[in-house]
Amino acid sequence: MDQTALQKQPLLVDPESSAGEEVAFTTRLEDFVHWGRKNSLWPLPFGTACCAIEYMGVVSSHYDVSRFGAEVVRFSPRQSDCLLVLGTVVEKMGPVLKQIYDQMLEPKWVIAVGVCASSGGFYRAYHVMQGIDSIIPVDVYVPGCPPTPEGIIFGMIKLQEKIQKGGIVRARDRHKLDR
Amino acid sequence: MLEIDINWIDSKYPGLLAVAKEFILGQEPMSPEPVIILKSEGIRVVVPFLISSGERPMTTMVDLFAFDYLKSKLDMPERFAVVYQFANLMENRRIFLKVYLDEDKPEVDSIHDLVRAANWFEREAWDLYGVVFRGHPNLVRILCHQDFEGHPLRKDYPANQFQRLKSSTSSQGL
Repeated sequence: MDQTALQKQPLLVDPESSAGEEVAFTTRLEDFVHWGRKNSLWPLPFGTACCAIEYMGVVSSHYDVSRFGAEVVRFSPRQSDCLLVLGTVVEKMGPVLKQIYDQMLEPKWVIAVGVCASSGGFYRAYHVMQGIDSIIPVDVYVPGCPPTPEGIIFGMIKLQEKIQKGGIVRARDRHKLDR
Repeated sequence: MLEIDINWIDSKYPGLLAVAKEFILGQEPMSPEPVIILKSEGIRVVVPFLISSGERPMTTMVDLFAFDYLKSKLDMPERFAVVYQFANLMENRRIFLKVYLDEDKPEVDSIHDLVRAANWFEREAWDLYGVVFRGHPNLVRILCHQDFEGHPLRKDYPANQFQRLKSSTSSQGL
């Protein structure tokens, strides 16, 4: 259980147990579900540029994102809940990205990795979408061109904190998909 | 600039002058490879000669690209230009054909039936620069999406004008 969540809740030991081996925790159901979700993210890499190369380093043994429970990379949106947009998304690719996001099941989260996915980056030109948040909601933005592997892991930790606090689904509902 | 150096062209590509002398306007100076400037109506005369009937035929069409000389400091005769690049890969020789096109009516004959590689090159030049290739069988966009309006690599296209793709069938017309 998460350390901070534990500190808020009293620890109960069953007095009837003679050996004291049977232990029970009390917590809120919402906290418990969020704790489970944040430590078993299934990423879907939508890699279109060099950020995807950095993500290879994140998954590999040197940086080892499995320490944070997000190493089971799936290439099917049906099996994933964390969409990583790694790279430049051109206008022509926009409907593809939207369709993949729509195919993912709830609950789902999106990390925009790198400046291209976040804001278009230095591609301030006719062909590149100026930030994927114009078509899908984004939970965490990771700056950098490309970000370091530590930066991508930092983004995942930030997403874990956001999941533990909850409210992500409500934030998504507020997102206006007006474009 | 547009002065014909007959000896230079003849040394670079013997036989070309005999076939298409009336279409040749000149050559680019200071170029390591021959760049021959043609009248636009001469492209379908020179290309068949280059690819087949010359003494040392050009076997490959390497590229086709366009220029927009709007607001250029260079003294260019017209706003648009199209450059054809052919190569003989066995002898490692290249030749460039340059055609200047009018600003109001940038049109040139298509060579898709002479060189099959020109089909997509011409679509690209039309997509990005708006150069019309007369006789092309499928002159539709190849890089920009189908909802795009205008030609984005023209110098008067605003650099920050973005166009959103509305429909999702992005592979239409490919």
